[in-house]
Amino acid sequence: MTAKESQNGSEAARPDAGGDREVLLEVRDISLRFGGVAALTNVSFDILKGEIRAIIGPNGAGKSSMLNVINGFYFPQSGEIWFKGRKRPALKPHRVARQGVSRTFQNIALFHRMSVLDNIMTGRLTLMKSGMLSQAVWMGRAAREDAEHREKVERIIDFLEIQSIRKVPVGRLPYGLQKRVELGRALAGEPELLLLDEPMAGMNVEEKEDMSRFIIDVNDEFGTTIALIEHDMGVVMDISDRVVVMDYGRKIGDGPPDAVRQDQAVIDAYLGVAH
Amino acid sequence: MTEGVAVPKGASETIPALLLRNASTIGANPAYREKEYGIWQSWTWSEAAERVRLLALGMIEMGVREGDRLAVAGRNRPALYWTMVAAQCAGAVPVPVYQEAVAEEMAYVLGHCGARFAFLGDQEQVDKVLEKQDDLPELESLAYLDPRGMRNYDRGKLKSFAEVQEGGKRNEERLQPELERRMGGLSPESPCVILYTSGTTGRPKGVVLTHSNILFASRASSEFDALASADTVLAYLPMAWVGDFIFSIGQAYWTGFCVNCPESADTMLADLREIGPTYFFAPPRIFESILTRVNIRMQDAARPKRRMFDYFMSHARRVGPTLAAGGEARFRDRLLYRLGDLLVYGPLRNAMGFTKVRVGYTAGEAIGPEIFDFFRSIGVNLKQLYGQTEASVFITQQPDNQVHADTVGVPTPGVEIRLGEDGEVFYRSDGAFVEYYRNPEATASAKTAEGWVATGDAGYFDNATGHLKIIDRAKDVGRTARGELFAPKYVENKLKFFPNILEAVVFGNGREMCAAFVNIDLSAVGNWAERNNITYGSYQELSAHPEVYEMIAGHIEEANADLARDPNLAGSQVSRFLILHKELDADDGELTRTRKVRRRIIEEKYSDLMDALYGGADSVFTETEVTYEDGRKARISATLAIRDVRVSAPEAVAA
Repeated sequence: MTAKESQNGSEAARPDAGGDREVLLEVRDISLRFGGVAALTNVSFDILKGEIRAIIGPNGAGKSSMLNVINGFYFPQSGEIWFKGRKRPALKPHRVARQGVSRTFQNIALFHRMSVLDNIMTGRLTLMKSGMLSQAVWMGRAAREDAEHREKVERIIDFLEIQSIRKVPVGRLPYGLQKRVELGRALAGEPELLLLDEPMAGMNVEEKEDMSRFIIDVNDEFGTTIALIEHDMGVVMDISDRVVVMDYGRKIGDGPPDAVRQDQAVIDAYLGVAH
Repeated sequence: MTEGVAVPKGASETIPALLLRNASTIGANPAYREKEYGIWQSWTWSEAAERVRLLALGMIEMGVREGDRLAVAGRNRPALYWTMVAAQCAGAVPVPVYQEAVAEEMAYVLGHCGARFAFLGDQEQVDKVLEKQDDLPELESLAYLDPRGMRNYDRGKLKSFAEVQEGGKRNEERLQPELERRMGGLSPESPCVILYTSGTTGRPKGVVLTHSNILFASRASSEFDALASADTVLAYLPMAWVGDFIFSIGQAYWTGFCVNCPESADTMLADLREIGPTYFFAPPRIFESILTRVNIRMQDAARPKRRMFDYFMSHARRVGPTLAAGGEARFRDRLLYRLGDLLVYGPLRNAMGFTKVRVGYTAGEAIGPEIFDFFRSIGVNLKQLYGQTEASVFITQQPDNQVHADTVGVPTPGVEIRLGEDGEVFYRSDGAFVEYYRNPEATASAKTAEGWVATGDAGYFDNATGHLKIIDRAKDVGRTARGELFAPKYVENKLKFFPNILEAVVFGNGREMCAAFVNIDLSAVGNWAERNNITYGSYQELSAHPEVYEMIAGHIEEANADLARDPNLAGSQVSRFLILHKELDADDGELTRTRKVRRRIIEEKYSDLMDALYGGADSVFTETEVTYEDGRKARISATLAIRDVRVSAPEAVAA
């Protein structure tokens, strides 16, 4: 295991992603154990503001665990998480969400009987000011707020080109579209950091290309920082600025896609080595 | 045919002049609506006139000169309609391009018309033009409407619509007099638009239409159906198609009615319901697909509903056409029809968005009589017209109450018609085009010095009705080796009526027998497969399924029996067929952009299948190149079965 310290991705990124970019989130020496099983061991890396950061690795490498740690779903036994220059205390996922971190799930987690529109509206819950009581008392204010949220949601629907399924229950949609709706719901929270858990799993080539385009567009248009997990190297390498490679709960590579692709440790992890 | 009403020479002889007229007379009426972010936004005539003015100023600021050609491509959006009119105001000629055209097709049109500017709807269109910009030396700059994805593009030659308008507004004082001078210089004989015809053969040709052509056609047709400013239309057909130009600009500006743009191509049917247009045009395939959807949904409906639907539909088929034509019917039948209207026809019209349709038209291809009668029998005033780009659409149309499924109507007032010796239809009118742009040879072969234009269609005037009847393209009508009349499109249309058949191509000219390629309709056959527990993994697998073959063979036999009843066409019965392993597609050059079958190209491309059809083989292995939407190509291969079908003996004719 070589690359220990996180590299500075200056030569990694696209022209505007300079090396002096602000660090949005940093994980330091994260270790996570479930009983005797070590899911993560001393993992450190950072995510710069405005970049697309991929976390890749074979099955069981600890990618989803890492995402769950960032997202606040798991709390690591050791290590620190720094978000926007501050050390983050142990927070519940909904508190993390309020800080501006949204995510999608590997196995789609939508409300299947609710329409696309309503599902994406739920993504704005963390931003709704009036609670149930005040909504009951101050109808007018709640209605105004609702209209504002609806407009934001409609912009996302337009952005993701899903106008024609606005009112269709999510359960009736094909898988690729459900993934897109889930991305929409995550975007509805107006996140600063968007975590995507295998956004392209189970998709065909065309759906993967569509999804890649949406991810790049989100990053481009909204300036959203994106961290995504994939175990398929192909597409991810094309759209990411920097890539973290994991294997058996450890970080084995970190850097721009081209460098990572040539890294011997990474090649070994993916192709296997003769023992 | 006598000379009809001529457009009076006067103040409102150009599209920009009509815009100013509408802005001052009905300025507060809605002129355009577009659904965006889930809400219908609307613009009045005066707002539209202001947008057009700013765009025109911006164009002059960009360097648009009088006489320039300005390309426009994108989905139907108000701003793109404004762009076309703004180009006219600035003295340029708009050239709308099919938004679905692949980069080469688009580059051909841009290069041929020598466009210096292209105003494009979104990134997709911009990418296509940029890809080919090296082949387009005359192209100077581009403007885009939707900024999505355009952030990192080189700004050198690229502007947003907003920037164009701002540029105009900033220099308003300097440019306004110039704009007024240019608008003053427009005459009815100035070119109004250049429309490239999709063309079933060869390269597209640019049809030059003047303001007087467009306004003649718009006025004559608006008066024919008493269109008025209270009417509404849904603008969803390609902007590069002459029909859309006439409906959404010509007639809209002439009468002052409101043009509604759908949210996206996929939401068209939902938007249709929301808008409820009073005047609606659709090519036969849209009516076909609406009917197919209705049939599919009824097959899935609960039994009582299905029985009610079947009962009232058979009643409507029996008395509906008579009632729609204003004919007499028994009291009991009328009462039953009223009940049916309450329970079935009304809700059905509502579900399809046709509740308010006062005038509905279809054209472009012959419509299956069964489809046509279906819509008429449930109370939609669907009529047929016959026209082409070169005529500014209108050649003939059916008057209310004189509607027949197999005719295309009487000449539009002001249009003269003459039939050639071989049955080819010629016409002469004020709507007839000036020329094919930069193609004097083609102009000369299509239009005589006296102004007669050849349509390329064969037809005759029906004795009983006095209406024109079109049977096929003049060059496609042929004879079989046995000397019997062969009208392929007539047979194809019969086959395409079956919901399970999406497309059919029939061959037989100069051959011993007729044979067909069939495309199944995935939604209809897929649904049928689901109900019959037939599993399939792909389109290809479903089309090759023996039971699907069995079903299609049944349809063809039924059509054959029908053909046998007409002594003229009994020889056109199909004896052998195969189901193609891929859908015929415009991207592969097999269909035109308006989805007409390109028979010759298909015959060449699938020559191996043709040989097998006529060689008596039971199956054939084939490999075909397909083009994906993004322009990539791939090859697919399949082994196709070939089947014989029974032909019926022609019925004895009383000589």
